[in-house]
Amino acid sequence: MKTDIILCGVGGQGILSIATIIGEAAMNENLYIKQAEVHGMSQRGGDVQSNLRISSQPIASDLIPKGVADVIISMEPMEALRYLPYLTPDGWVITSTAPFVNIPNYPDVEALNAELDRLPHVVKLDIEQLAKDNGVPRSANVILLGAAQKALGIDYDKLEAAIRRVFARKGDAIVEANIKALSIGHQLGNG
Amino acid sequence: MKKLLLGDEAIALGAIHAGLSGVYAYPGTPSTEITEFIQANEIARERGLHSRWCTNEKTAMEAALGMSYMGKRALVCMKHVGLNVCADPFVNSGMTGVNGGVVVLVADDPSMHSSQDEQDSRFYGKFALIPTFEPSSQQEAYDMMAVAFEYSEQQCLPVLMRVTTRMAHSRAVVVVKEEAAAEKPMNYDSVAANWVLLPANARRRNDKVTAQQAQLEADACASPFNRYQRPRASEDTAPASRYPLGVIASGIAYNYVAEAASRLDGAEASFPILKISQYPLPKALVRRMLEECERVLVVEEGQPFIEEQVRGVFESQNIQGRLTGELPRTGELTPDCVGEALGISSHRAVTPQIVVPRPPALCQGCGHRDVYTALNQVLTEFQNPRVFGDIGCYTLGFLPPYKAIHSCVDMGASITMAKGAADAGQWPAVAVIGDSTFTHSGMTGLLDAVNENADITVIISDNLTTAMTGGQDSAGTNKFEAICLGLGVDPAHVRVVVPLPKNMPEITNIIREEINYHGVSVIIPRRECIQTFKRHAKEKKA
Repeated sequence: MKTDIILCGVGGQGILSIATIIGEAAMNENLYIKQAEVHGMSQRGGDVQSNLRISSQPIASDLIPKGVADVIISMEPMEALRYLPYLTPDGWVITSTAPFVNIPNYPDVEALNAELDRLPHVVKLDIEQLAKDNGVPRSANVILLGAAQKALGIDYDKLEAAIRRVFARKGDAIVEANIKALSIGHQLGNG
Repeated sequence: MKKLLLGDEAIALGAIHAGLSGVYAYPGTPSTEITEFIQANEIARERGLHSRWCTNEKTAMEAALGMSYMGKRALVCMKHVGLNVCADPFVNSGMTGVNGGVVVLVADDPSMHSSQDEQDSRFYGKFALIPTFEPSSQQEAYDMMAVAFEYSEQQCLPVLMRVTTRMAHSRAVVVVKEEAAAEKPMNYDSVAANWVLLPANARRRNDKVTAQQAQLEADACASPFNRYQRPRASEDTAPASRYPLGVIASGIAYNYVAEAASRLDGAEASFPILKISQYPLPKALVRRMLEECERVLVVEEGQPFIEEQVRGVFESQNIQGRLTGELPRTGELTPDCVGEALGISSHRAVTPQIVVPRPPALCQGCGHRDVYTALNQVLTEFQNPRVFGDIGCYTLGFLPPYKAIHSCVDMGASITMAKGAADAGQWPAVAVIGDSTFTHSGMTGLLDAVNENADITVIISDNLTTAMTGGQDSAGTNKFEAICLGLGVDPAHVRVVVPLPKNMPEITNIIREEINYHGVSVIIPRRECIQTFKRHAKEKKA
């Protein structure tokens, strides 16, 4: 198997914790992994992305070539569109619909939605609202991960086990909240 | 044991496992995580390895030399422009040589993700006569650390290890050793005649190190990190006719070439690759490629370091790369531009027009915001004010809505540039510098200003941390008033304020008063970085 994933959002939205869970699950399956991250100045409220590649064969490039990514997982709707040149024509976009407005010229939200709806495979979720409504306010990003499970090609229980390992240090309450978030996203993503 | 590690983390763990005794560094993207990893590592803690941040790269490099003098292994880490700051000890460490192994790890930042230039540190290695390593993968980065320390001791020279952003900040699965080698014992083998660079000693060392270069090049030709690979593994002899194309690929560029080769089929993908990860340039291997190939494409991250050496002044061979337009002349390589150079047609999809840029900005609630609000307000009262900025989060004050600074060149330049402008007759000349940058290389400039009582106003915007790189300890915390007074600033003109919106009348009054004072004044707005403040609040709760 081979899955190329672009994780994106705005600095501070928690895309790297999604990457950590996927990476943990993939390593436990003895898969090869490459994950390029953005650190430094862009983290201050700028657009950030991470290229995550998992494969049963060795991976050469740390970066994903254009037109090759299988899935874009985005914490923000405009950011999902920024990386479309990297998506393979029948790839999936799994995105939060909540705009993060920290620039004066943020585009019209209706127009953004229309642009997203034009894509062949898109899952749009208001993860912030879902997280609040379901009592897991700090786990919006894991809802998104749950929704992306199928596109990632990693078994659901493998992701769940990875969450248990990644969050074990933080206590049972946090582990359970994240597993609940994963399940909410999973149901909506595959619905 | 397998671990998922950033390139920076692989380097750090490789160093610990190689029997490191101390890391010396100043934070700088993309090198910061190396030292942070060592600070948090259990073995490093048990052994009490040195890992505290240094005031700047020069103090770091010199402390590492001191540790080496006593026979122990030391690692120095910095971003590429940090090598300029420690160029003096770095270049001269090539003359003194080392006792315990020294690895100088420099992380270059092509495309300037978090930097002000694209300089390529391999040039420093060549010019300082210091062997240079450039890993192609995280695994190689880990493995190289032990080899680099060995080699440093064997050759009695420091080793420069050059990585780039994509290597530093990319994770991969790395197979690591179960145990760390023991630290080296103290020894007194250092010979003073090598380490005292009086001209007579230095001339002798210069001859020796220059003569040593032939051996270093021979070692590079035999290095397991440098490989000449023909298209099929079975081809261990030269071909009957020349290959149409050969590719020289160094460091991380090798991965992009391998990626492209995997996407091409048949004849198109069958070119020899010369992978280079150890310098001086292994000329014998390059010669073999030139003999066996009609055309050679040089793919390297950064400036055309190999390409220029291979071309020389002659252009008879068909040698291509960044200098001939097959690859972009500047900027970071991508699998796309390398793929295109090797004949993969480019993917034409574009980002929808509705998407607009989202530049980084100062955080909401950041004290620098209040400093710029106050400064901008006061400066409207003056004709042609000039504000000299510096390196840190507050450089973002250049962008709207503040548009508050008129220069930013290098660490510490705000104070000295303001002084030079004042010398030229400029008033008001204001310097804005962060706390960590001030101790890094602003203090000496302040002494110049004090000695001439320059008519400048210095704002040390103190957020109690090195914020831009993620909140590392700042060398001068709790010492700034004492430092300024010690350097001779008039106590009446060292003013401390708390940058908060409610204090705006007080802050603007103080800035106005100090601009109107015709001499050196220092204003210290002090409030903790909002990011470290949040982190500390979280830690307290837990």
